[in-house]
Amino acid sequence: MSAIFDTLCPMHARLGAHGHIVHAGPTLQRIHPEGDLRGRRFLELFEMRRPVTGQSMEALRAAAGLPLRLRLRQPPGLALKGVLVALGPDSAVGPEGGALVNLSFAIALPDAVRAFDLTRADFAATDLAVEMLYLIEAKTMTMEALHKANLRLQGGKTEAEAKAFTDTLTGLGNRRLLDRVTSRMIAGERDFALMSLDLDFFKAVNDSLGHAAGDHVLRAAAQAMLEETRSDDTVLRFGGDEFMLILAGMTRRAEVDEFARRLIARLEVPIVYEGETCRISASIGAVLSRDSDAPDIDAMMAKADAALYAAKQSGRGRHVLYDPKTPPVMHAKATQRRADTSPAGPPP
Amino acid sequence: MHWLVNRSVERFVRDTYGRETWVEVARLLDPDIGAFDAMQGFDASVTHHLMAVVAKILERPARAIEEDIGTYLVTHPHNAPVRRLLRFGGDSFEDFLHSLEDLPDRAHLALPGLDLPRLEVIACRGSVFTLAVTPTGPDSVGFGSAFMGLLRAMADDYGALVTLEHKGQDGARELIEVELLAQDHGEARAFALGAGAGQ
Repeated sequence: MSAIFDTLCPMHARLGAHGHIVHAGPTLQRIHPEGDLRGRRFLELFEMRRPVTGQSMEALRAAAGLPLRLRLRQPPGLALKGVLVALGPDSAVGPEGGALVNLSFAIALPDAVRAFDLTRADFAATDLAVEMLYLIEAKTMTMEALHKANLRLQGGKTEAEAKAFTDTLTGLGNRRLLDRVTSRMIAGERDFALMSLDLDFFKAVNDSLGHAAGDHVLRAAAQAMLEETRSDDTVLRFGGDEFMLILAGMTRRAEVDEFARRLIARLEVPIVYEGETCRISASIGAVLSRDSDAPDIDAMMAKADAALYAAKQSGRGRHVLYDPKTPPVMHAKATQRRADTSPAGPPP
Repeated sequence: MHWLVNRSVERFVRDTYGRETWVEVARLLDPDIGAFDAMQGFDASVTHHLMAVVAKILERPARAIEEDIGTYLVTHPHNAPVRRLLRFGGDSFEDFLHSLEDLPDRAHLALPGLDLPRLEVIACRGSVFTLAVTPTGPDSVGFGSAFMGLLRAMADDYGALVTLEHKGQDGARELIEVELLAQDHGEARAFALGAGAGQ
């Protein structure tokens, strides 16, 4: 009789009329490696959590046929599921007043297999335990592969986004970044100054010393602009020798004047390229967001360009701050210039 | 073809021959294909193209490379979970051989889009087993050599001594003859049911 139950349900226990274990299946015995379970009271080894019926054998038998939730009293205190059959007077299984209990690890299976070092042989051949372990591992492996693939894609996306907003020659932001940065500032009602900057005499450097020297000068100028600005300012290159600066929090006209003067002086410091000295300067047109009730980036750019045009008209190395009281002429040529240099498609 | 198949070929080349070799392969691939790490499935022809390029760069026959990929899937530390899943097949190499019948269904549970060929032991004379590898669609053609390598590595894992022979095609199916010379020839690598997931 015991051999049959041991094969079919190795996690079973037969209980006598007083609640003592008469026989324990081999796997149930394995999870109590310190000693023979026979003769021990079932409820002293397993805590009955549901249904709550009491500690007597009568109470236990009353739970016959119901789904049982138990907990192993010894560490690691695994939760178990079970079902109980109350034995009647003529039972071939055990004494009248006794019971047959079959247990399962249910969801705690992986913990139990680890804790008691169980093998395939500890489960009935029909038990789905091994399939469940297989599925858990397969799921973990798949999730891991997906997770890694996801991280790679995310990395690629971030890189592509960074590239989309970057001018490759200087590493500065590009035209696309202007919209992103300024729309965020306008939405957040944060004031800023927008500066349109053209390098003066750059074409002369390019023509006399070649493109490599020109590229070097552009990079040096970009570096100088980054050094003269603060970390929450943004420096952009629109292509050629045209730059745009977004100066966060700048609202005072004197402040803009002082900054523009300083930046032009810095850009006039000669740049040495392969033994040749390159001298450039810069013209700046600026506009303050606080001069508009509802700042609009296209309008601000047009004003900054008009101011830049006015600066250039008055010579080189000058700066003009757009004054709403005496606006410079919105020269068609000035506004046209920027439109030409806006990239139409994706960056190279 | 499931994206993990192409990805496995890539990982095999990178882990075995180095990143530089993969860069050479990638250079010769059809530029329309894009990356294999993007969870994107491709037509089976892409995998054939990939294998042809790998064979060209490594200057080895495609079959030999496929066999190495099968071995790589079991033995490389990066694939430890695959080896464990295969060991769920049984406690001995012979059990494992018979469990291969369930492999396509098991693989489907883990990765619903992964189509493996049907695998069955069609003859068993003493210690000689004939395994038939039968494609179930265009995505499961040509797995025979890879299974040769995988079986060799699994025999080693179980500590069994086997000889393997590819017996060629019989219609669409490929036949592999496995002679099990000794079940306990060497020491099996440890396998504990509870050593895997959830740790």
